Order: sequence, then structure tokens, then C-alpha cells
Amino acid sequence: MSALLEAKGLVRCYEGQKTLFSKATSVRAVDGVDLTLQPGETLGIVGESGSGKSTLGRMLLGIDPPTEGQVSFDGQPMPKLQSPAWRALRAQMQFIYQDPLAALDRRLTIARQIGEPLEIHGLAKGAELQERVADLMAQVGLRQDQGARYPHELSGGQRQRVIIARALATSPRLLVCDEPVSALDGSIQAQVVNLLRYLQESHGIAMVFISHDLKVVRNICDRVAVMYLGRIVEEASSDEIFAHPQHPYTQALVSSVPVPGKRLEGRILLKGEPPNPAQRPSGCAFHPRCAVALPSCADTVPLLQSIAPARRAACHLLTASDTEQAA
Amino acid sequence: MLSFALTRLFRAVLTILLVMTFAFVVLRLSGDPASIMLGPDAPTDSVDAFRAEWGLNDPLWTQYFAYLKSIAQLDFGVSMRDRSSAIDLVLERVPATLALTVPTLFIQLGVGIPAGVYAALHRESTADRGVIMLSIFGFTIPSFVMGLVLVLIFAVTLGWLPSGGQDTWQHAILPIATMSVGGIGILARFSRSAMIEVMGQPYIRTAMAKGLSWRDVVWKHALPNASVPIITIVGFMVGSLIAGAVVVESIFSWPGIGRLLIVSVSNRDLAVVQCLLLVIASTMVIANLCVDFAYGLLDPRLRAKAAAH
Amino acid sequence: MTVQATNIAPPFTMIRRLRFKAPLLVVFGLAWLGLMVLTAVFADVIRPYDVTQMDLSARLVGPLTQGHLLGTDELGRDVLSRLIQSIRVSLVIAFGATLLSAFFGTTLGFLAAQFRGVVEHMILVLADFQAALPFLILSLAVLAFFGSSMTLLVGLMGFYGWERYARISRGLAISAGAQGYASAVVQLGAKPSRVYLRHILPNVASTLIVSMTLTFPEIILMESGLSFLGLGVQPPESSLGNMVGFGREYLTRAPWIMLGPAFVIMMTTLSISLVGDWLRDKLDPTIR
Repeated sequence: MSALLEAKGLVRCYEGQKTLFSKATSVRAVDGVDLTLQPGETLGIVGESGSGKSTLGRMLLGIDPPTEGQVSFDGQPMPKLQSPAWRALRAQMQFIYQDPLAALDRRLTIARQIGEPLEIHGLAKGAELQERVADLMAQVGLRQDQGARYPHELSGGQRQRVIIARALATSPRLLVCDEPVSALDGSIQAQVVNLLRYLQESHGIAMVFISHDLKVVRNICDRVAVMYLGRIVEEASSDEIFAHPQHPYTQALVSSVPVPGKRLEGRILLKGEPPNPAQRPSGCAFHPRCAVALPSCADTVPLLQSIAPARRAACHLLTASDTEQAA
Repeated sequence: MLSFALTRLFRAVLTILLVMTFAFVVLRLSGDPASIMLGPDAPTDSVDAFRAEWGLNDPLWTQYFAYLKSIAQLDFGVSMRDRSSAIDLVLERVPATLALTVPTLFIQLGVGIPAGVYAALHRESTADRGVIMLSIFGFTIPSFVMGLVLVLIFAVTLGWLPSGGQDTWQHAILPIATMSVGGIGILARFSRSAMIEVMGQPYIRTAMAKGLSWRDVVWKHALPNASVPIITIVGFMVGSLIAGAVVVESIFSWPGIGRLLIVSVSNRDLAVVQCLLLVIASTMVIANLCVDFAYGLLDPRLRAKAAAH
Repeated sequence: MTVQATNIAPPFTMIRRLRFKAPLLVVFGLAWLGLMVLTAVFADVIRPYDVTQMDLSARLVGPLTQGHLLGTDELGRDVLSRLIQSIRVSLVIAFGATLLSAFFGTTLGFLAAQFRGVVEHMILVLADFQAALPFLILSLAVLAFFGSSMTLLVGLMGFYGWERYARISRGLAISAGAQGYASAVVQLGAKPSRVYLRHILPNVASTLIVSMTLTFPEIILMESGLSFLGLGVQPPESSLGNMVGFGREYLTRAPWIMLGPAFVIMMTTLSISLVGDWLRDKLDPTIR
């Protein structure tokens, strides 16, 4: 099965403020990421703030052009941002936002906004469009009378459903969700996550799910990639990551996820400051906070390599022991 | 800080250059100054002679560069009417205009700002409402109406003050009063809203909670912060002062540069008009530069940003 | 009622709410403006005399004389008729100029926001240039040399204040594009024209309209000032400003020639300022 989405060597640098008398500070938000996504597969991307996961999500859709590297969709390289080819491709890939209120136009009813992608891509008109909108609203669990409402008249969970309905309007093959439930209350989070999972399964949509919340990711994703300071440090199936995390950072993250009914034991506390992409440590970016760091960790950047079938990690400890075993 | 200063200076020079070019283009392209000055009945050879003397037959580019060169040498040419040097004509009228505008500025600042601040500190009181109403009247009454009404009341009906000319200091009272009213209105209103906004800030509440006296809170915290937006407005006021001078000098026959502008414009006296435009533009640009620098000095956030570079 | 607190409402509910909560002064202001607009529209019908009709036997007659409610001027022309005509002329010029300047300024602001870089820089420099000279001075230069035809006058006034709309629309478009609904619609695949016309412009409209209510009285004052100085509206057309200018010579003998139009100018600018202020408070409760 050929990959739906392929990213190779993605790098994204942001230039800081330049003035006449100082150099521009450059921040590498994403520092070399490769990944592939099969049709119908769900990939979770997990990391703290500053890990570059949101930037990566935008690059996968082509919203943020990479400084280096390339993204391919269906074997074709991603067209240039805002070109007609890029715009046409939007019908196949959509974005779910963290803040649904900001992503909606406050002057238009939600029914109009859900139907807008159909207008833009000329997929339906008039009565057919109304039917399609009604159908989408039903799929996401919105009542028909809510179609005449404005975004600020709905609750947070309902607004996110509107966003989801709008995203599904053109029957896309890929959905990138950037922290879609972080701004919602606990019980609503579960509802929306379940909705997403249901829709993803029934429509066979491939999904990239970006979040800092491991519990949510576990619920919905087949595979998980863990990011730290712009690089993927570990990638494996969702079950494996939670059952047997290998990378020290992943281990710390997983140990902090509470399991209902059990006391939180064996929690690994990370020392040091949260990562700052403007001040990247030398060698392995995680080494200042790693409890088991080796001297070599401060010198060389570990590469993301396969450490087991369908499993990759970037850690000197893991790959060194591999080479030891190989030797 | 230096790069900030240099950028502003560069933009100021660019603006003046643009104004000069604009003046040149507009005045030259709009018609034939020769036939205007000499009248429609003048014989063609005198028109030709006039045009040759003034270089009006040369291509525009030549005229433009000659013009730029002479400006750089501070030679603005001579007035078409009476042959006196344009720059001299302008400069000799400047003191008269200053005699009106400088006192006006002081009155506007001295009355407008305190009125606005007082109103802000005593909100919803009669004084506050009074200040608001007066300030609204101040800026809705056009200066020419104000001037004529004042003349009607004080010169014609009551006979207390003269209605025109520049002979005694009493002659300056009505013009200055006319010019002040609008600015007082604007400043009062603006100071009031700036002060209200500052007083609503959390750090003022903190200062009061710390136990600072009301006087200290106002003088040491509120006013310094409110002064920053107020100074920006003062920059705009300089422009309206000059515009106001044009109208007021016409009404009161005051021999300043405003009147000179009207007269020269009606006579299409190119040299004088260009000179006036340049002088006025330079004044505005310098005033705005001063305001920008004052702003940069006063607002510590801007200072810190500049220092970080 | 969180709906009002969040300051966002579709246009029709806004208008409904506005009507019932206007303070007395604002009501008067609206009434006066309504009267002015009606006068301007129906000028030909309600005007008792023709504007240029002279009655040399009844020169400089005072107000409340039979047949001449506001008196006559030095040529025996009825002041009331001229006043009505002037209201129409001044309002037409001010409306035309306000719309022109809003259209021009908003378009430039959107262009600056869309293209950034050199285009934005040039537009900002132009805005600086506009602010460098007082508009009155600029207009004097242009008008005297190109003549004072009506079209030129409206065109010239149309340049008044464009930089304010440009700054507002540019700022709002940039902030909409950066984080919000505009970038979401782009991600849906919309063309830039759709983004601006169907999304950004409607959202920007309320701020722009408030700005227009602020510029409108200033344009009236500017045109009146120019006409007063003899460089704006030329005879035989009459505007509020040039009536005051003509009335100046007869200030002592016949002040009514000047007082009528002066009063109208003041009341109109006052009304628009009151209404505009109140509109602004209504639409932007959180902003200073």
C-alpha cells in the first residue's frame, strides 16, 4: 500500500527580528522529521509546548512551507502555498483547530460555514448543498435547528463539532487535528474524541492527531510519535509506546499518565527547564534533563533509527545497545 | 536607539523631498503661470519674455533639477509679483504667525490638558459633564464661524476689541482666542480619555492599595503614563495650528504666512507658494520628529526595546 | 448575557438593540441628521425660490419678513432657499468624499496586508506623506491651480482621511489572517478575493463605519473652510461655507446671511459626532 502522506527531512526555521545592528536570531522549530502515513491510519504526535508539533502539523498540510525537506501527498509533492493546485488539494486534506471560536467567522451562521467548502470547491449548490449540510450536522451530533445559530451562541464542544463537520464536507482523505480537545472540559473531551474516532473509522480517513495529552492520544491513535525540540525521539504503535516505552523522555511522559483505580507509582520526574527552541542544547537535545545521559549524549545528535520492527527511536543508549547486540 | 533615530530621520527627509516634488508637479502642471500673472490681454512677446525669464520653456526635468539645486542653496526664487526674494517674503511674515500660534499652543496645552485631567479624575460630576460639552462644542465649531462670531460680539456689538490688523497687542486677542478654542476642545477630550484609561489600569489600583496618597498616585503614576499618548496628539496639533492660522489670518487681516499663502495661491505666485509649502512641511516634520523622540524617551518599553538592539 | 459582553453580533440584532437604548442627545442628533438628509434629497421641492432668483427691490431684508423666512442677501436672493440648496451641496460633497476615501483607504489597507513587503512599505510612506502637511494646505495648492470644479473638489476631499481607513483595515486584516477565521477559510481552499470580500470586509465594516462617522464632519468642516476662503465651491453654486464667506462682508448690517449656514454647519457636525461616539461605544465596549 503506498503511503498517503510522506514527509522527508522536514526542517522549519523562523527568523527573529532583524535590525541594522544585530544578527537575526533563528529558531529551528522543526529540526529534521521523517514520517509516513498510510491511508486510513491514525498517527499521534505527542510533545510538550516548544516541541514543534503544531508547526509540523501545519507543514504536513502545506500551510507552512518547510525551510528544508519535502512533503508528498499521494506520491505528489505538496504544491506551493496558495497556488490553485494547493487550493484544489484542500478538498482532500483538512485541519481541526485548537480554538474553534477563532477558526469560525462570527458573522455567519454555522450552517453557512459548514457548507462553505462545498461552495468553494463547487461540489454542491442550492437544495443539494442544504441536504449535505444537514447530513453533516447529523453525523457530528448537532441538531438541525442549531444550523441557524452563530458560533458565539454555541458551547465549546458544539463549536468543535461544527469545525469537524466543516472539515468533513469535502470527504477528505486526511485530517490533521491540532490539540482539538485541549480547550474543552473533561467530559466533553471524551465525547469529541469518540466522535472523531467513530468518523475516522467509518469514513476511513487518515488522521494526524497532535496533542500534549497522552491519555487522549492513546484512545484514538494506531501509532504514536513522540517529539522533543523539533525531532521525533520515538515512534511505535500506540500499545507498545504505552506498555514498553524505550526512550527516556517517553518513559517519563508515560509514567505521568494516571491510570484510574491505581495509585501513580514510579513516576519519573524530569529535572531542568522545559525545552526552548531558541536555545538548543548541543548533541541530544534531551540530555540536560535525562537521568541516564552518557557523556557522548552531549556531543552527537542521535539519529532516529529502527530499534525493532515497526519501531524507531533516537537515543544513544538504545542504538548503542543495538550495535552492541549486533556486534 | 541609534538605528531608531536614523530610520526616523531618513523618513523625515524622504517626506520633505516628496512634498517638494508634489508642490513642483502640481504647480507646474496646472496651467500657464505667465498668462495668469500678466493677464489674458497681455501681448504675446511679453508673455514669451516672461516665460523665458522664468525658465518655463525648459522641459520639466530640467526645471525640476534646477529647482532642487536652488532649494539646496536656500534660494527659492523671487516672487512673481514684486520681485522680492521669496524666502525673504516668507521669513519676514513668520514672526507674525508665531505671535499667534505660540501663545495659542500654550493656551491649548495649559487649559486643555488640565481640564481633561480634572474631568477624568472627577467623573460624572458637573465639571466633567461641563468639560465634555464644552470640548465637543470646541471642536465642532469651525474656526471661521468662531472668528466671525467673536468679531460680531466683541468688535461690532460691544466695541471692546478691534476686528482686524496688527497694530496693538489687543489686536491679537480675538485671533488667538479663535484659534485656541478648537484645540482646547480636542486636547481636553483626549486627555480625559487617556487619563480615564490609565486610571482603570491594574497598576493604579495596586498603587492605591499600597497606601499611596491620592496626590502621589496621580502625579507619580497616572500622569506620567497618560502623558505618552497625549504627546502624540500634540504632534497633530501643530498641523492644525498652521491650518488654523491660514483661516484666522484671513479673517482678521493678520499679516502672517497664512495670509501670504492665500494671496500667493490666488495669484499663482509659484516661488512663494513652493517656499511656503516647504517651510510648513519642514516645520511639521520637525515637530513630529520631536514628538517621536520624546515618545521614545518617555516610554520605557520603547527604550528597553531600543537598548536590546 | 454573555452575548453582549463578547461584543460580537450579526448586524440586524445590533440595529434592533441600538434603537431602544439611545440617550436623549443622540436621539436629537439622529433627528437633526434625518432632517438634513431629507432637506438635501427634497431640496428642489421644498425650496421656496430659485437659488439665483434676485429681487433687487428686497435687498438685505431681515428674517421673518413676509416671503423670506430667513431674509435676503445683498442681491435680494432668498437666504432660506440658498440655505436649502447649500445643505444639499455640502452633504453630497461630504457623502461622496467619505465613501471615496473609505473605499480607497480600505482597499489600500487590504493590499498592504495581503502583499506585505514593498507594497506595504510604499503605502505606509504615502500615509506618512498625507500626514506631513495639513490637508487644508495641500488642498489650497491643488485647488487654486487646477480650478475648483465640483468633481475635482469631491475627488480632492476623497483623499481626506484615507490613511485612517488604511491603517485600520490593514491592522484588522493582518490579525485576522494570522490566527483566525481568515486563515481557516484559506485552508478550506478559498481564493484571496473570497477571503477578503466575504469574510474580512464584513467583520471590518463596523469599525470602518464608525471611522466614517468621525471623518464625515471633518470633511464638512474642511469643505466649508475652503469655500469660505473662496477656493471651494464656486458661485453660482452655493455651499454652507461659501454662504458664510459671502455673508462676512455684511456681518454688521445683515448677520443673518452668515448665521443661518453657520448654525447648520455646527448642528450637523455636532450631531454626527454625538451619534458617531455613541455608535463607537455601542460597537466596541472594550476599547478605549
